[in-house]
Amino acid sequence: MKRLLLTYLRPYKWRISAIFVIVLLQCIGNLYLPTLNADIINNGVVKGDTNYILRVGAIMLAVAIGTAICSILSNFNAAKTAMGAGRDIRGDLYRKVQSLSQSEMGRFGAPSLITRNTNDVQQVQMVTAIGLTMMLFAPMSAIGGIIMALRQDRLLSISLAVILPVMFVFLFLVLRTAIPLFRTVQSRTDRINQLMRENLGGIRVIRAFSRVQYEEKRFAEVNTDLTGLWSKVFKLFSLVFPILFLIMNLSMAGIMWVGSYRVDSEGMQAANLMAFIQYVMQILFSVLMATMLAAMIPRAVASGNRVQDVLDVEPAIKDPATPVVLPSRDGGPRGLVEFKDVEFRYPGAQDAIISHISFTARPGETTAIVGSTGSGKSTLIGLVPRLNDVSAGSISIDGNDIRDMARADLWQHIGFVPQKAFLFSGTVASNLRYGNPDATDEELWHALRIAQAEEFVRAMPEGLYEPITQGGTNVSGGQRQRLAIARAIVKRPDIYVFDDSFSALDLKTDAMLRAALKQETKDATVIVVAQRVSTILHADQIVVLEQGGMCGLGDHAELLKGCGTYQEIVYSQLSAEEVA
Amino acid sequence: MSAEERKDQTTPAENAAHMTTPDGDGKPQVGAGGVRQRGARGRRQQQHGPGFGPPGLIGTGEKAKNFKGSFKRLVGTLRPERARIAIIIVLTTFSVAATISGPKILGRVFNLVLSGGTGRQLGKAAGMIPGLETGMDATQTSGILSHIPGMEKVASFIQRLPDFAVGKGVDFGAVVKILVILIAIYLISSLFGWLSGYVMAGVVARTIFRLRRDIDEKLARLPLKYFDGHARGDILSRVTNDIDNIQQTMQQTLTQIISSILTLIGVLAMMFYTSWLLALIAVVTVPISVAITMIIAKQSQKQFTLQWQSTGSLTGHVEETFTGHTIVKVFGRQKESIEEFDEQNEELFQSSFKAQFISGIIMPMMMFVGNLQYVAVAIVGGLRMASGALDFGSVTAFIQYSQMFTQPITQTASVANVLQSAVASAERVFEILDEPEQSAEPEKPVVLEHAEGHVEFKDVSFRYLPDVPLIDDLSIEVKPGQTVAIVGPTGAGKTTLVNLLMRFYEIDKGQILVDGVDTQKMVRDDLRRLFGMVLQDAWLFSGTIRDNIAYGKEGATEEQIRAAAEAAHVDHFVRTLPDGYGTKLDDDSANVSQGERQLLTIARAFLADPDVLILDEATSSVDTRTEVLIQRAMARLLKGRTSFVIAHRLSTIRDADLILVMNQGAIVEQGTHQELLAAGGFYYDLYNSQFVEALAEAS
Repeated sequence: MKRLLLTYLRPYKWRISAIFVIVLLQCIGNLYLPTLNADIINNGVVKGDTNYILRVGAIMLAVAIGTAICSILSNFNAAKTAMGAGRDIRGDLYRKVQSLSQSEMGRFGAPSLITRNTNDVQQVQMVTAIGLTMMLFAPMSAIGGIIMALRQDRLLSISLAVILPVMFVFLFLVLRTAIPLFRTVQSRTDRINQLMRENLGGIRVIRAFSRVQYEEKRFAEVNTDLTGLWSKVFKLFSLVFPILFLIMNLSMAGIMWVGSYRVDSEGMQAANLMAFIQYVMQILFSVLMATMLAAMIPRAVASGNRVQDVLDVEPAIKDPATPVVLPSRDGGPRGLVEFKDVEFRYPGAQDAIISHISFTARPGETTAIVGSTGSGKSTLIGLVPRLNDVSAGSISIDGNDIRDMARADLWQHIGFVPQKAFLFSGTVASNLRYGNPDATDEELWHALRIAQAEEFVRAMPEGLYEPITQGGTNVSGGQRQRLAIARAIVKRPDIYVFDDSFSALDLKTDAMLRAALKQETKDATVIVVAQRVSTILHADQIVVLEQGGMCGLGDHAELLKGCGTYQEIVYSQLSAEEVA
Repeated sequence: MSAEERKDQTTPAENAAHMTTPDGDGKPQVGAGGVRQRGARGRRQQQHGPGFGPPGLIGTGEKAKNFKGSFKRLVGTLRPERARIAIIIVLTTFSVAATISGPKILGRVFNLVLSGGTGRQLGKAAGMIPGLETGMDATQTSGILSHIPGMEKVASFIQRLPDFAVGKGVDFGAVVKILVILIAIYLISSLFGWLSGYVMAGVVARTIFRLRRDIDEKLARLPLKYFDGHARGDILSRVTNDIDNIQQTMQQTLTQIISSILTLIGVLAMMFYTSWLLALIAVVTVPISVAITMIIAKQSQKQFTLQWQSTGSLTGHVEETFTGHTIVKVFGRQKESIEEFDEQNEELFQSSFKAQFISGIIMPMMMFVGNLQYVAVAIVGGLRMASGALDFGSVTAFIQYSQMFTQPITQTASVANVLQSAVASAERVFEILDEPEQSAEPEKPVVLEHAEGHVEFKDVSFRYLPDVPLIDDLSIEVKPGQTVAIVGPTGAGKTTLVNLLMRFYEIDKGQILVDGVDTQKMVRDDLRRLFGMVLQDAWLFSGTIRDNIAYGKEGATEEQIRAAAEAAHVDHFVRTLPDGYGTKLDDDSANVSQGERQLLTIARAFLADPDVLILDEATSSVDTRTEVLIQRAMARLLKGRTSFVIAHRLSTIRDADLILVMNQGAIVEQGTHQELLAAGGFYYDLYNSQFVEALAEAS
């Protein structure tokens, strides 16, 4: 938290210095006002001197205007600084998350990252805004009060040495209890977020299984949990002010009592006693003010640490200092992807998910990857765009290790179609242009034709500019997949990576799509994960995966003869007589 | 006076607490590459999906903001707590009364000390002032002193001292006695203050609990089309950020409002009691304060509304791009998505900065009005005293009260302002609560304990949008125990058929009957309980694998869960995981592949053991070898059970009792595999284009 603020407040150091000066002026004004108040009563009202009242009244109003202006100015600067720092933190956090690898994302989970990026930063900036004015004002006002109190009566000032520590110890105890509570509050907020997100995403399943009540119960549990926590927090803080007021009032009574002896026996002026009490009150109120802020600190600290945790992640995947750039296309086809003894395991995991994978995918050829569910197909091709980095071995494009390239450059060469077709809210066109903003409408139609999506897009009332909802929920699963394929085609990449991207298509569409795609990709390298034999049949080479290892490499005919796993896959789809 | 007077300085902290929060705005924007980010307000008019998918109803359009109404409604949410709030008011009344009386009592102690101190000093001077003797009382002393030039003031001062005697020191007995009373009063004040805070903690926490629960339950009653059209992130933001904001505001302002109002009433009474003229002057500042507050609040209200909208749309963008993290990266759109984020972030910054700044003006303005009032009271008070209409004590007391009067006004003003933020958030929450719900359940619903599985569509018509034809006069009859395969090109309306059967959407015309009962005469949950459904989009919720499988059946035993997993051929995989069935999952988790997810959802359906089964592309991501095994298990599951299967794989379709061939929302052919092939129609084409070609090359 401290580090977070130090880092993000640095750019605003001049503003903060300005706040410092302004608050100092405001403090002086505020210390001066009571004196003027007293003057008006003692020298004006008491004597019935209207002129004096008017004169001092005018000064008082001038000072009041001055402090009001100071207060507005400091608030202006504090708001600019705090909200600015909040904006900067949000921006950096967002950038950081963008740079995380798949497994690093998984460590926090999307719901938590969403909360951290919004709600948590909000807590931090809120406290900063108040802190900048109050935290400066309170100590200055306290110091001013202490100086004045010392001037009034040194001996009585010793009482402060008792009162202040008592207050601080009390505050310390409260904060120590509160901080862990707030940490739990934020993680419960994550949980609420997660449940909500799940309920929104799985609404059809929930309703289909008539589990609405069950989900409501689940939500109610977390809700009750969070409510209990909050009410615990509120109850803890309901103690703070009554106790602080009590400490203050008791101190006042105590000072009065001791003071009365001093007045009686040591000739202290009664008026001085009164003034002393006023200054003590000013000091204690400064402490109280700081407490107001302190009450918010625990939550902000918890939030700040959650933010810092994300900012502290050193992304495992980084761009090299001097990235290799693939030469331009003039030198003929390119996109030769070479897997050399590739292995991947999650950091710290015992077993590798895939290991010892070696093959070469050539331009103009289709390389299919097959294997049973959970054999590591998706993981393997996810390594090409560096969603994760290989833990051993290497993947190279045209002889350049992909880790030596800048990722933005690498991605430019890859057209990726994920298993779960994901569309963004916007329009059909905006989704298609996702990888190539400059594509013309004609190019979009071309891609749609190949992806067998032209017909349904034409049928849409607004055609290319038909709106798409978040996640593409307003088009069917098959349409979504075809749009995702078209999106990759619009990009005109050197390397196509399809992760089981045809699964939602009906057979006819699938066949037509593949035929059209073949034309389009005749110079490109195509790597495709597939389940259907018909899809992989025409592949130039087929990689067969079994439990993370490679158990076959060759074309359909070769594998059908030599690879048992492959045979099983094929026979499972076509009855024996059909194959024969 | 000190304690009271300065209390108001603490409020800025509390206010500021609410005023801060992210910035931005909810305008839809066109990103550099053209991806349009939907704003929180959803500017777009009603739009529809392309023909056959679920409809896209985007946004609700700009609503006129009803501030007053939302405020009243927000207050209304406290209704169930009114008994407790009454208790809080009583407790606060005691606390405030004690607080108001405190300074007065302390004043008495001070007077005693003053009296003793002066008596002691005059006692020392007794010999020097002619006529002054030890033991003289206030009147005597004052009489003597008033004749000495320069001492007139002291004389009048002494006259007002209680229990004064020359040479007599401070009456410690009396001082201690009053101090004890004072301490008792302060203890009571703190005790009641704490009790009311304690009760209030529960009030706020429970109110927020109800609000969150209401939204959750409301979401369960909203028709599916609502979710098709609203950004998840924005809904999320309403449930977390906005409700959080309402909670913090309530917690910090409710107590303040109550104590401020009570203090205001108490002080006002004291002021009128002391001097009605001066009280009127003080009261004049009230409309001024109200006017200032209203002017500022109007501005800050606008900014707060913007701020929370921006928070929502920023969350929407964050949610979307974090969910589609991979695509954003691989398509090289990080720069654009960051640019768009920055743009929204900047808007959020602008509105939250303005909201914070504008609402921060209230406090200094109120302080200034307070000072203005002070001077006015001092002038008029001075004049009245000069004319002999008021005595000195009344004027000073009055000035103290007028300072006490300023404090609750300032506090109320700042609370009024902070409330702008809460109401802006509340409005967004109420927006969800006001969405039209799906049609009501029938009053006398028919309950089917078990269904034979006789399903009939009678002249069913349905359109997602009135002007886009989809399904017209569709009739199908499925006999109990039949396996029905629905085939057809993507987007032919296969999923729509399922949506209608499950009543995710309501038909426009005709009837759907299950065992002869119109499904609209049944409660949705009862109807759906008859069905088991496995979707292409394998959805898992956060929880263990065990919980996820058991989702299909409440109270399933461990054996049943394992048996279901075995049937779905996922048992082996689960056992290889370190935590087995206790492995934690969520919808984003990467530790389970898409195919394994599908297997888990199939196990879920196995366990549910429904009367009618619906499989929508259930095995599309499962490898074919596993699928064969599942098919075998499925065959057992399907046996004697009506089932609807949407699939593209021949093996799944071939054995169906009935194949419905759909195209453009209509059933174009129906029959068995052999019949349809023999007919040489649409199905024949479909079949040939795929399998024959595949077979030719395979052999």
